[in-house]
Amino acid sequence: MSVQVKQRRRGHVEPRPEGAVQEVAHQFEDIGQQNESYIVGMWSFLVTEIMFFGGIFMTYIVYRTKYPQTFTIASGELDWKAGFLNTLILLTSSLSMAFAVRNAQLGKRWRTLLCLGITILCAFGFLGVKTVEYSTKWAHHLVPGPNFHFSRHGGEQAAPADRGTSFVEDASPETSGGGAKPEGEIPQHEAQLFFGLYFASTGLHGVHVIIGIILLAYWGGLVQFNARAARDFIPIEMVGLYWHFVDIVWIFLYPLLYLIGSPKL
Amino acid sequence: MDVTTTEPSSARKNYLNWDHSWQSWLFTLDHKRIGILYLISISAMFFLGAVAISLVRVELATPRGDLVESETYNKLFSAHGIIMVFFFLVPSIPATLGNFLIPLMIGARDLAFPRLNLLSWYLFTIGGGFAMTAFITGGVDTGWYFYTPYSSTYSNNQVALTIIGVFIAGFSSIATGVNFIVTIHKMRAPGLTWFRLPLFIWAHYATSVIIVLGTPVVAITLLLVLLERAFRIGVFDPALGGDPILFQHMFWFYSHPAVYIMILPSMGVISELMAAFTKKRVFGYSFIAFSSIAIALLGFLVWGHHLFTTGQSMYAGMVFSVLSFLVAVPSAIKVFNWTATIYKGQVEFTAPMLYALGFIGLFTIGGLTGLFLAAMAVDIHLHDTYFIVAHFHYIMVGGALFGYLGGLHYWWPKITGRMYPEGWAKLAAGITFVGFNLTFFPQFILGQMGMPRRYHFYPEEWQALNVLSSAGASILGLGYAIPLFYFLWSLRYGKLADANPWRAVGLEWRVPSPPPAHNFDEIPIVVWEAYEFVPEDADEAEQDREAMPGVPAGGHE
Ligand SMILES: [Cu+2]
Repeated sequence: MSVQVKQRRRGHVEPRPEGAVQEVAHQFEDIGQQNESYIVGMWSFLVTEIMFFGGIFMTYIVYRTKYPQTFTIASGELDWKAGFLNTLILLTSSLSMAFAVRNAQLGKRWRTLLCLGITILCAFGFLGVKTVEYSTKWAHHLVPGPNFHFSRHGGEQAAPADRGTSFVEDASPETSGGGAKPEGEIPQHEAQLFFGLYFASTGLHGVHVIIGIILLAYWGGLVQFNARAARDFIPIEMVGLYWHFVDIVWIFLYPLLYLIGSPKL
Repeated sequence: MDVTTTEPSSARKNYLNWDHSWQSWLFTLDHKRIGILYLISISAMFFLGAVAISLVRVELATPRGDLVESETYNKLFSAHGIIMVFFFLVPSIPATLGNFLIPLMIGARDLAFPRLNLLSWYLFTIGGGFAMTAFITGGVDTGWYFYTPYSSTYSNNQVALTIIGVFIAGFSSIATGVNFIVTIHKMRAPGLTWFRLPLFIWAHYATSVIIVLGTPVVAITLLLVLLERAFRIGVFDPALGGDPILFQHMFWFYSHPAVYIMILPSMGVISELMAAFTKKRVFGYSFIAFSSIAIALLGFLVWGHHLFTTGQSMYAGMVFSVLSFLVAVPSAIKVFNWTATIYKGQVEFTAPMLYALGFIGLFTIGGLTGLFLAAMAVDIHLHDTYFIVAHFHYIMVGGALFGYLGGLHYWWPKITGRMYPEGWAKLAAGITFVGFNLTFFPQFILGQMGMPRRYHFYPEEWQALNVLSSAGASILGLGYAIPLFYFLWSLRYGKLADANPWRAVGLEWRVPSPPPAHNFDEIPIVVWEAYEFVPEDADEAEQDREAMPGVPAGGHE
């Protein structure tokens, strides 16, 4: 008969009047059930996102295993410094997102807004760097399609052997000589596959970043202009989970795409 | 907990009559109304898919390709497959009966995310719109599984538009799955523990897990096909170093479990029907519950049985073969337990029960012929023949669709407040059963003799069996048409249903028919087990039911 509603797991947060006035939607019995439902829902959604990106990681694994050497060489064509910068930017944005969630829980509106703002700025920074990278690839004919042509650029690309490709040789000794082939012999289709996967995966990730910006801006706007909505920290927490997920995807994409070759220092 | 607020049922406001405006339907957040929106949409889809296959069956009545050209024929069976799989079977039971019943069965006022639920219907409609546009503006001839590199490189018809439609419908499916998972986890009434849940809920939980894990994979796969068509990135094109078989792996990683998205909810319906019409607790409750979970998990490990003839390593094939055989175990557990439920039950041969019994027989045939196909050597002979067409129609139609029709009849009084005409319904169930077997049993024989699927002409000696099959299809069509008429008829002229016309147990039968918009005046507190039939004081319980939503049938406190 007396069924106790579980104490919310954020119960240790110091009592705040804001939490008490979160509105309970008609389908829920109490605020604890509502908050838990939203968080479980978000995690379930993130599971679908993991499977979604999982499909493209799977494709990557298949072709990297099939064409290890071309992938290594083609990866060297990506700008690892830009990727590193973007990693830093995204990690910073995740930090500010975490602060935003905490401040929302504490009901501190202006700090929440500030942190959301920093997160959005970082997201734009990330997209900016990505745009520069994409346009460089376009200029170098590295976008899959009829104009695709893979040839190594930049001064320091002598034979890959000079670049310390020892692990390539370990991985497939019988093809290790291939790295020293003149560049014309790098199979164009295999390189195109690498860049196809590069654009598909970073493009999908970029779409997620853009959706993230929209969500952050929307909830930021609510925090700013709608005092009642500002009291409900759960949406911010959900956006936070989403944002950290987007961050983690990049944490996997960066080494898999940028760092498998030997970077040009 | 005694609540004695009875209103005269004639004046009672319910979810259907509290507001009649079209806005109240198109912007409704009520899970029951969204269930009805889905019911209308998928019925329309079913009709379109049926029209496409009727033309196919007419074509196959003669050995020559005389009605349509082979290209048109390809487009017809593709339209049939795409519509029936993605726009009828996948949403069929979850989005209609599941949507309607899950909150009622677990004692909740709605699903956890009503707006997400409405969004899922809109996504489904938009996705359907894309697919329909594709069919009208040239059609698609890849078959429902879009094999590469034909779909990605060579097919010059509306593949892209169709794939976009399927992709969007996939998100509607994901929205439903997430909603169900959260609802079942977080919104059960006080006292309603996992092992007091109706098996319908367990089945939908397992289904939702598959939807959440599988659908995104087919989404990314189809997206890669789109990218391939648009930018020629080459992942599935052998001419560009890609691997078309990778597509098959990724596609069947979803699409084999998708078979369980279609059949598991139907199994949930059958469990309910078995209990209600034998007036017994379902035998082996926990076995049936866990076999749903087992099917959901095992289902993800067997996709390779679609690739026995497609250049998959022999050893991978052996593993997939063994795992596919294993799926028979939880499936058989269900069949045995349902059969044991009938034993010593007070069986009532109502129309829903006829569908349920039909399900058990046809699903068993479909499942056992599946074992033929899971055996690698036999599959080499039967692959891509009519045997496999017959096999999966025994599962999809004899299983999933029979469960859907049975469930629709069983809960029709709850949904509409009106009884369907029992005599007509029994007749329709019988016609459907006969028509179904006449359509598909000959296809087992044809397939065994080597008739390949997807050709619009065939040697003379197979005509007799094909004519039988086409004749069966027209009987089957009649079996589908009759319910359409009497269901519509019953909306106005059907006998008024009381809260529990079947004397079944379950929270959904404790609210009036049709239920009020908010489902429960007071959230019930569950202190009884699932399917707890109490025959001795059934009459008394029946009188109490409508009045006391919080009190169990036998007055156990
Ligand atoms: Cu399969």
